[in-house]
Amino acid sequence: MIQLTINGQPQQFESPINVTQLIDHLALHGKRIAIERNGEIIPRSQFAEQMLVHGDQLEVVVAVGGG
Amino acid sequence: MDNLVIAGKTYTSRLLVGTGKYKDFNETQVAVEASGAEIITVAIRRTNIGQNSDEPNLLDVLPPSQYTLLPNTAGCYTLDDAVRTLRLARELLDGHSLVKLEVLGDPKTLYPNMVETLKAAEILIKEDFQVMVYTSDDPIIAKQLEDMGCVAVMPLASLIGSGMGILNPWNLQIIIDNAKIPVLVDAGVGTASDATIAMELGCDGVLMNTAIAAAQNPVLMASAMRKAVEAGREAYLAGRMAKKLYSASPSSPTEGVIARAESAAKKPASSKSS
Repeated sequence: MIQLTINGQPQQFESPINVTQLIDHLALHGKRIAIERNGEIIPRSQFAEQMLVHGDQLEVVVAVGGG
Repeated sequence: MDNLVIAGKTYTSRLLVGTGKYKDFNETQVAVEASGAEIITVAIRRTNIGQNSDEPNLLDVLPPSQYTLLPNTAGCYTLDDAVRTLRLARELLDGHSLVKLEVLGDPKTLYPNMVETLKAAEILIKEDFQVMVYTSDDPIIAKQLEDMGCVAVMPLASLIGSGMGILNPWNLQIIIDNAKIPVLVDAGVGTASDATIAMELGCDGVLMNTAIAAAQNPVLMASAMRKAVEAGREAYLAGRMAKKLYSASPSSPTEGVIARAESAAKKPASSKSS
């Protein structure tokens, strides 16, 4: 069991997952997003190989209207 | 052609617009189109986890293929938050490095914290971002930001979202006169004449959001702003006439005015007495 904090909300997962699996889990597949883990950007090209570990703090962002 | 050049890229429109505070994406899209803007600002925010995964995305209606997106750091009060936000923005926008940096100092006034802004700008420039920077209208700070390598300085006309217009044209004038990079008024424009005045001062462009989005008819105001910026720019290029205090100068010839008959000239006096 691992716990990840995603946009400030804790979530539990049965087993370790990679970023691509997380995106599928969050139903964000195909969306234009960017992800930061513990303050560092995870490049899109590394989504499949980057394994998430217990305690990771993730920020998942999109572009919204703003001035 | 009289174009705006920022970081080596040429734009025909000198009006930059934000995409916040609109009723819906359709209104955003139509207003942005009416403004003629080529550079549009966007904010970077946490996505809703597990809710409305089908909801439309801003970039579907304003695609990066059609507009130059300018991600901002609105809502960031520390240099760390601002830098992280723009790193995320660059990843989100496939390596696009033109950004709008703003580090706010106070939620009530949204006045920029220039100490944090200067530090953030330095880090971002080292990381090869092209930084357009929101700044106070302090000419010394504006010059420092330019010397540091920012690609445009964007002093406020008045507080963000206040619509108070240009409160200190003299400071703006000093900033414009000193700058070798584009100077854009960012924040505080309330109506078309404010944008025109900014351009007449010699600003290279104007960035606004609320003045359009909070108008009773945003689309019509977007069109008005487009014309206001163009009119102000043309007036600036044309060079205004000198102001002549207390000295009128007729526009029509002073020679050849028809002569007045003697009797007609006396008439007002006689009618007055009657």
